[in-house]
Amino acid sequence: METLWPQIERLLAQVTKPARYIGGELGAQVPVHRPDVAAWLLVYPDTYEIGLPNQGLQILYELLNERPDSVAERSYAPWVDMEEAMRSAGVPFFSLENHLPARAFDILAFNLSAELVYTNVLNLIDLAGVAVRAADRADHDPLVVAGGHCCFNPEPLADFVDCFVLGDGEEAVGEVSQVVAAWKVGGPVPGAPAGADPGSRETLLRALSRLPGVYVPSSYEPAYAPAGDDDPHPGAVRLVGTTPRYPETPALVEKRTITDLGEWPYPRQQLVPLIEVVHDRLNVELFRGCTRGCRFCQAGMITRPVRERPADQVRTMVMDGLDRTGYDEVALTSLSSADYSGIESTVTSIIEDPSCSGQVSVSLPSLRVDAFTVGTAAQIQRVRRTGLTFAPEGGTWRMRQVINKLIREEDLYAAVDAAFSQGWRRVKLYFLIGLPTETDEDTLGIVALARRCVEIGRGYHKGVTVTASVGGFVPKAQTPFQWFGQNTVEELTRKVHLLKDAARGVRGLTVRWHDPKATAVEGIVSRGDRRTGAVIEHVWRHGGTFQEWSEHFDLGRWTAALDAAGMTLEDAVYRHRTEHEVLPWDHLSAGLHRDFLWQDWTDALAAHGLEDCRWTPCYDCGACTGFGVEHVVASAVPPAGGSQGTGQDLSTGGQVPVRFLPTAPSGAAPTPGTGARDPVSAGERRG
Amino acid sequence: MRIRLRFSKVGKVRFTSQRDVARMWERALRRARLPMAYTEGFSPRPQLSFGLALPTGCESLAEYVDVLLDDTRPETARVEVGALPARLSGMLPEGLDVHAGEPVERRATSLQQEVTSCSWTMSVRGIGRPELEERVAALLASPEVWIARERKGRHERDDLRPSVLALAVAGRRAGTASADGPDDVVDLVAELSCQPRGVRPVELVRGLLAVGSPTGDDGPGPVLDRACRTNQWIERDGVRREPVALRDDRSAARAVPAMERAS
Repeated sequence: METLWPQIERLLAQVTKPARYIGGELGAQVPVHRPDVAAWLLVYPDTYEIGLPNQGLQILYELLNERPDSVAERSYAPWVDMEEAMRSAGVPFFSLENHLPARAFDILAFNLSAELVYTNVLNLIDLAGVAVRAADRADHDPLVVAGGHCCFNPEPLADFVDCFVLGDGEEAVGEVSQVVAAWKVGGPVPGAPAGADPGSRETLLRALSRLPGVYVPSSYEPAYAPAGDDDPHPGAVRLVGTTPRYPETPALVEKRTITDLGEWPYPRQQLVPLIEVVHDRLNVELFRGCTRGCRFCQAGMITRPVRERPADQVRTMVMDGLDRTGYDEVALTSLSSADYSGIESTVTSIIEDPSCSGQVSVSLPSLRVDAFTVGTAAQIQRVRRTGLTFAPEGGTWRMRQVINKLIREEDLYAAVDAAFSQGWRRVKLYFLIGLPTETDEDTLGIVALARRCVEIGRGYHKGVTVTASVGGFVPKAQTPFQWFGQNTVEELTRKVHLLKDAARGVRGLTVRWHDPKATAVEGIVSRGDRRTGAVIEHVWRHGGTFQEWSEHFDLGRWTAALDAAGMTLEDAVYRHRTEHEVLPWDHLSAGLHRDFLWQDWTDALAAHGLEDCRWTPCYDCGACTGFGVEHVVASAVPPAGGSQGTGQDLSTGGQVPVRFLPTAPSGAAPTPGTGARDPVSAGERRG
Repeated sequence: MRIRLRFSKVGKVRFTSQRDVARMWERALRRARLPMAYTEGFSPRPQLSFGLALPTGCESLAEYVDVLLDDTRPETARVEVGALPARLSGMLPEGLDVHAGEPVERRATSLQQEVTSCSWTMSVRGIGRPELEERVAALLASPEVWIARERKGRHERDDLRPSVLALAVAGRRAGTASADGPDDVVDLVAELSCQPRGVRPVELVRGLLAVGSPTGDDGPGPVLDRACRTNQWIERDGVRREPVALRDDRSAARAVPAMERAS
């Protein structure tokens, strides 16, 4: 297949940021395609700047290019100006390494990290010249594959994607490559049903559906029936089951889990882009999984158990990586990096390495909220001390017990005090609104906390700023909150206004919020069933791409699409699910027992917190036992500092220590909540 | 110690911006473990200064960067300037290659101020050779050539004629990468003054569109296909020299096929 570069080159003079399309990064590979190897095009369905740093994609890129039976190139969503230029010049979606047309690949593999990119996935399949609906594809059209966190409810994309890979992809991509490479040359396909036509697409898909962790939606049949009387909307058509079509198809697809992160020191050759991208630094993964147990957090639920990378390997990856890339910043990544066993000694050994000569800064992108963590941060950010971010998520102790983010006020104030006293001037706080059982008191607690943080900071420096960044909560599949009916656009907007009003006139405090309309759309796809596919297709056909970009987002397109599909926001997003309702992802498993999730949901409604199971007895969520692995942590005791996971009495939260409050809080006392404290959605009653 | 390095930027990497190139240099210098001098303050940055910005999309055989080394560090005295071009070329992305380097006065005038003019080769599409030759002659004969320019978001009109020191249609070359066939691309050579301000190749092409056209500088006409800065010149007291001369012409000659190969 011939390169499209000469045609592409001509388009680049007309478009913004042409270097998005040239490839040539340090670490990029230029694979040689052969008829008997599976050729993957790994696609991140957002702009180059957002997609390039994605570590998951980079890990698979290296692994696939190391294997003898596969090659991999990359691509990202062309920005709207480039897409227009490509469509009018007849240039299809292409890869960045050899600038080959996407159709030259056997597999188009999409990374699904966020729901709002789904319309881009359809657009890119179309730009590749491949039928958007899986059922319309011919035998030798590229196989459309997807992986990433959103695959834990893949049903909204079931009509468009040939197969999903659930969980860690490191091992699964090799197995998929083997099957595809064998099928491609017309030889016997491992796992194919007896007597199947060797060259047919169905043979390939049925063989893939037998691989652990691989979900082939066309091998399953959803069934629908009118809802019974236990449903708040009797007569509504509900999903009643998703069952295998073929005898060899598993009834339940379990996610893949690699047991030892130490066996996978990837990426070895992290890509260094030629242009500026987000997270433009060396990234080294400390551990995978998290058992803090925050109930809103899908990542923490679906990536269990905790698997730490050996400290020696972390150090080697950091030193080799800095040496190879020339970066002067390294991020030690995970879902809660301060929880890594021996984080202090790891960090110290990096910054005190003579080769770093004081010019390398280390960042921990997900700080725990306590003074100890800030101490570590102070140690590592000796250069470039700009801003620190904490995520208390809830405005009151009660709210944080509901969501199991067990940070006491005193932890936050101690952290903020430590930050400001050690030279930081800007603190950013992340919160969620629209959480289960939330009252206006909880919402306003956000401003109360943030304003107290400003007051603490003013004790050190006049110019301190605190930003409260507020997102609307979207219930996610495979979490304890999967049954919760999301707050309406109007309700979230009302809460945003409450916050804005309360924060008005408070010097040094800024409130930022995520658009509640976008939150609603995330809700459509996050828990949608296969019928949501028609909505996504409608939005895409009406020009709705780059929906995560506010300048391209339009709720009207989505509501029109829902109308056309006979669906409503009310039913798809705002409705509470009942205990025994069949959920669209019930035939897929992240290892968590459904009864564990339901128990955790009822604990949440009772505002009952649960400690981290790394250092306390097992709650039998299912993640360890189901995969025959244990949490792999180097330390048998929890890290020092703070109340999170230290076995302290969790009933003592909500008190404000005197030390951090030179003056009594004045004015703007939180007004009592508007609604009665309804167990599920106080303040959220809708007519 | 201050070291002035001469490098080329050819091929796909030409689509990166001047800022991108600066960041590529920072990383390459760190990888080479040179004892860089850093700026003071909260965000220390290596002290690099680039000369005239090269427009995104243009190639160059004559870019320059001044690198300041930290004289308080013992390694600085041991830096072998002659070995730097080969060493740094290996650290830079494909398409960026260092051809020469020499120590300069610590307080030498900045490249930006010193350079008086640049030589360019350009290819234009959408116009036949005879017509282009006519327009070149017309432009050179005009006392003034007004074009529209956007500067800091404001539309202005500017006379570019005084900045055009030399301009000619080049001889035919054998074959190009153009999809429309070699015949639709015609090459120009130009020397454009940098002071009081520089003229970009795309502005020169706009000037060619403006001369002999009743509708001014918009509408169909020649389109810039490719441009390459071949030299930057410092002219003082009637003597013209380059900021860093190549030791011999071989390294420049090597860069030309590299340009065609890398595209």
